[in-house]
Amino acid sequence: MLNTLREPESETIRLGFKEQYVSAFKWMLLARTVEDKVAALWHAGKIAGGCYLGRGQEAVSGAVGVMLRPGDIFAPLIRDQAGRLAFGEPLFDILRTYLGKKTGPMRGRDGNVHRGRPHEGTYPMISHLGTAVSLVTGVMMAKRMRGETGFVGATSIGDGGSSTGSFHEGFNMAAVERVPLVMTVTNNRYAYSTPNARQFACHDLVDRAIGYGVEGYSMDGTDLKECLEVANHAVERARSGFGPQMIVASCVRLSGHAEHDDGFYMDKALLESPIGRDCIRVAQSYVVEQGWADEGTVQEWRREAKAQVEEILQQVQREPGPDPAEEDWHSLATAHLIDQDFSE
Amino acid sequence: MSITYLEAIREAQAKALRDNPKVYIYGQDISTYGGAFKSTKNLAKEFPGRVLDSPISEDAMVGSAIGASLEGMRPIVEMQFADFSANAFNQIVNHAATYFYRSGVPCPITIRLPAGGNPGAGPFHSQSMESLYAHFPGLVIMTPATVEDAYNLLLEAVALDDPVLFCEHKFLYNRVKAEHLPEEVSFSAGKALCRRPGKDVTVVCYAATLYDSLAAAAELEKHGIDIEVIDLRTVRPIDIETVLQSVARTGHLLCVSEGWPWGGVNAEVIARVASKGFHLLDSPPERLNCRDTPIPYHPDLWLAHRPSAAAVVKKIRQMLAW
Repeated sequence: MLNTLREPESETIRLGFKEQYVSAFKWMLLARTVEDKVAALWHAGKIAGGCYLGRGQEAVSGAVGVMLRPGDIFAPLIRDQAGRLAFGEPLFDILRTYLGKKTGPMRGRDGNVHRGRPHEGTYPMISHLGTAVSLVTGVMMAKRMRGETGFVGATSIGDGGSSTGSFHEGFNMAAVERVPLVMTVTNNRYAYSTPNARQFACHDLVDRAIGYGVEGYSMDGTDLKECLEVANHAVERARSGFGPQMIVASCVRLSGHAEHDDGFYMDKALLESPIGRDCIRVAQSYVVEQGWADEGTVQEWRREAKAQVEEILQQVQREPGPDPAEEDWHSLATAHLIDQDFSE
Repeated sequence: MSITYLEAIREAQAKALRDNPKVYIYGQDISTYGGAFKSTKNLAKEFPGRVLDSPISEDAMVGSAIGASLEGMRPIVEMQFADFSANAFNQIVNHAATYFYRSGVPCPITIRLPAGGNPGAGPFHSQSMESLYAHFPGLVIMTPATVEDAYNLLLEAVALDDPVLFCEHKFLYNRVKAEHLPEEVSFSAGKALCRRPGKDVTVVCYAATLYDSLAAAAELEKHGIDIEVIDLRTVRPIDIETVLQSVARTGHLLCVSEGWPWGGVNAEVIARVASKGFHLLDSPPERLNCRDTPIPYHPDLWLAHRPSAAAVVKKIRQMLAW
């Protein structure tokens, strides 16, 4: 059975849509705010390693995040700050992880976007793209074997990551196992510096949904309204037993790959095109147009987001980093199997 | 009544499935067909929904097991051949092996690797992968040689909170037998065992090379040379204390492995004995591995490629003449 939708079913604005939209928009603002702060810290030399922003992808990520419920799971990727926050990741986690604090979920052992809380349904990504697709498939298989139904698992990837063998194996397996996986592929036009033309040869990545035997949707990643409609539809289809769902979002990465990359290679015309819009500006106009908030209220939300980030950052900056002398240097959970020759 | 090494692996899985509802098995052709080697024969019938055929996707097989383990399951992944785990290398060494260190959350998965050479199996159905995986922190590597160990260690692998690579040697599947399974399950990962006491030379081995070493010891015994044979049983962690105690008695060390010579288990044992027990050695520690080429197809070439009992005898004579 193949049921591939190119466009989301048009639906009347659902009950609670306003609340959902405003909630997602606020998470987007908070994500942009905290990432701007992290970027500033990086440029000030306060962060070791890389700094990866989700600028321009907040609508895609936030829309998926607000559709998830407690008990669902989310394996975020590099540009998912909005979705992380919407799914419940505390602001502390991004700041503690970027600053390598011992208090963070990764305790200084891993950094930046490699963070999560597996027991709370978020999984720390590894850098090897596509590996989370089968991981989420396995989580959902486990839930099914235990008779826990009605939950969905979401994960994300980009145009570049969709070229990996791991993505293909994982997504094909998800389709074979018919697990409730919501796979968001955000085509932001560049994988690091590599443009779409050097990444894939199909007309549109959503065409692959047919090949996998899953339901697929295209959406304008700059339009929060469309993102919410598609994400809601896909999440509900997955939740109702229609198997994996593939969402392909179009937008443009509004930064380099990371803060060390100014994106000089990016086609300026793309940024002038409709998919080059800043999803936060688009959402703000929509909120004001709908009369859900005026400009002043939105400015107040921004100030609140900034104040929240500043307050948490001040606390986190005072927290200790990991002490190498106190590390146990153990890589196994089974204490008696730790190699004593190497752990002293 | 006797039971083979292969049947012990099947019985261990049946027991794990019976005792723990969190256990399931995922692999290629393991359900109706019962596995390429029949190590899951009839298990799908006995445990419906828990012995599942997977697509030919080694990377995703391991990735899905990682996910399920984080949800509290105890997955067993069957690689059809150890060689194919190369396709899952990334998930094993970068995802599973780093999980506990990074997040503090254990990743209890068991990956069964039908390993080692068989006549006619050729370059891609014969490999020994234990040394490769042992290089990465965060993994436990088991290499059973006997029916009892195949059974006990596999049950221990499933019970451990860490990712385990269970290297089951294909040459032993139907050749190694025991009267019966162990009556009680005992856990002893990380402990080597002396399989034959002797006073002249210590031979450290594991999996199939245990039998080459024992055959060499029987041959040398005729000539008054008394070999002590130590079976490592798990190569990660490695029980160097048992090896050192043996070398303290014999003064000579020979390591025998079917893996390739560059680096690996043999090199690790020798490095540690040289470092911690240099004063115990009366001759340079030596190693025997397979030849430094891909594994050949023709049975005669294959026999000449792997370390044989005759090669062990020859090497020991050289060592004693040093």
